[in-house]
Amino acid sequence: MRPSQLPAQAGVGFKPEHFASIDQERQPVGFFEVHAENYMGAGGPPHAQLSRLREDYVLSVHGVGLSIGSIQPLNQDHLQRLKQVCDRYQPESFSEHLAWSTHDTTFLNDLLPLPYTEETLAQVCRHIDEVQTALGRQMLLENPATYLLFEESTYEETDFLDEVVKRSGCGLLLDVNNVFVASTNHNTDPASYLARFPVLHVREIHLGGHSETEDDLGATLLIDSHDTPVRDPVWALYADVVRRIGPVATLIEWDNDVPDWPVLRAEAQAAQAILQRSALAA
Amino acid sequence: MKTSIISLAVAASVTSALAAIASPALAQQDGKEKCYGVALKGQNDCAAGPGTTCAGTSTVDYQQNAWKLVPAGTCEAMMTPNGHGMLEAGPAPA
Amino acid sequence: MSTMQQRFAAGLMKPESALPEGLTSWNCRQPKVRYDVYRNNVMVSLRRALASRFPAAEMIVGEDFFAAMADIFICEHPPRSPLLFLYGDDFPDFAAAFPPAQSVPYLADVMRLEIGRGRAYHAADVAPLDPARLAAVAPDDLAAVRFTLHPSATVLRSAFPVVTIWAMNAGEAPVAPISDWTPEDALVIRPHLTVEVLRLPPAGAVFLDALAAGGPLADAAEAGAAAHPDFDLTATLACALSGGAFSTIQTQPGDQP
Repeated sequence: MRPSQLPAQAGVGFKPEHFASIDQERQPVGFFEVHAENYMGAGGPPHAQLSRLREDYVLSVHGVGLSIGSIQPLNQDHLQRLKQVCDRYQPESFSEHLAWSTHDTTFLNDLLPLPYTEETLAQVCRHIDEVQTALGRQMLLENPATYLLFEESTYEETDFLDEVVKRSGCGLLLDVNNVFVASTNHNTDPASYLARFPVLHVREIHLGGHSETEDDLGATLLIDSHDTPVRDPVWALYADVVRRIGPVATLIEWDNDVPDWPVLRAEAQAAQAILQRSALAA
Repeated sequence: MKTSIISLAVAASVTSALAAIASPALAQQDGKEKCYGVALKGQNDCAAGPGTTCAGTSTVDYQQNAWKLVPAGTCEAMMTPNGHGMLEAGPAPA
Repeated sequence: MSTMQQRFAAGLMKPESALPEGLTSWNCRQPKVRYDVYRNNVMVSLRRALASRFPAAEMIVGEDFFAAMADIFICEHPPRSPLLFLYGDDFPDFAAAFPPAQSVPYLADVMRLEIGRGRAYHAADVAPLDPARLAAVAPDDLAAVRFTLHPSATVLRSAFPVVTIWAMNAGEAPVAPISDWTPEDALVIRPHLTVEVLRLPPAGAVFLDALAAGGPLADAAEAGAAAHPDFDLTATLACALSGGAFSTIQTQPGDQP
């Protein structure tokens, strides 16, 4: 099984509108990440651009539609499509979410939450085994941004992830923004969450922006909207994690209201600076 | 005989068509293509919607949305003083 | 768990439905606003996916109308695949039958053209037919030549000036009153990396459809001539060849060129 092996550098989520700018620069970032589903057509500009990027850059493929947290079996057609993308581009890493998005035959296009129980744990592990076997590689599982909880949950999220790693051998993608969003939404301490998180298995970190609203009772509710710069408290949590575990591949996600390339590149450079400080300290 | 007349006509048309597209004005077009195309925004991503919690919660009831359900884009600007040709085109399929 | 996921999914596209049982939050046993975040994400993201696939249609009817129509479509025809660039193949038929859209009867054809553009964009990369291949065919064999359409090609017949209307709403031409309200057939094609929309000469769609069905050139030409008095084989072939409408030709049955 091929391990996930991104370099301990800062990268960004690739947006086609930045292609021309990127193509004029020399290695402005350490790696690019793409959403697998956008490269599942037969041909055309998406593949032309990704093939070009692949010549010069380390690549991470990030799935957003496999529905690993589904109670129902994985969509085999979709798994085969993922295999085709991985076979074609040979990315250094493949990751997906601890979430579900398909029910019956309907694709709901959101990363929906699941209760953390013995039953869901077994199902998630079965699905990860299936993915890792089909792709012939280790996958990374990302912690979700959640807005509510389930009465039936019997595991803390961190314990659930720890158990998934032990049983399946997958790695983890730690989304620090998701940690901050979910901790705020559940009125818990993000530092405590990170203290319990199985950080030794983290192979990639995600950073992104969020927006703010209120719940039924007027309490703060953060939304994982990826439409702003990384917020200060998220940078602080990130710096703490990197200090603890050393430099690790770090991705800036910006999916809505995407800024001009220099703004995104500057976010990646800010992450790179934190990584370098931690490398020097080590 | 009909077949051979058609064959002759087809052959003549193919020859003329090939001559027409060999002219420099048309042959130039390919060079303009960029090497990697212009990629559209990918449609799958993993971000949540904007930070409002109401946009998806309005009912899909015709009555309640009636004010929205009147086309109000460029359709009016494309109309000629005589209408927009609906009569010539006939009714849309039901 | 299946019941939890089933309940959770069932309410996502039904804004008036009760909150699914089994949800909670740190401060509230009925976290309606929190569940609404997921409802919002589902609807907004799918509406955006449709708007990005049908930008000219959205221009024609305006954002509010498009969003309202999209919401109803999404609830009645939710996506069946995680590939959102395929979502909305049946949206044009839905729009054609959508009562509030009857005042814009050309809307569905513009949407069909936009479906063609999306398909062309993602189609397999195949070199278009080199006209030299056709030039090399012996004159006596030309009538029997069969053409394979390029994988990116969509041939669209319309009772409306669909190419003109699309162009005005895609930023290709200024929006202006259309005085020449005549039917237009379209060829949507991506011979290299740019998707092109071509207005076909009269009966051009009949001709190309006959070729796409596997018929020989002479039969397609006859079908074109029968369909429209102004059918011009030379002009139509020139348009199709220079546009890159074909990928291969076959001169003998079973021959793989």
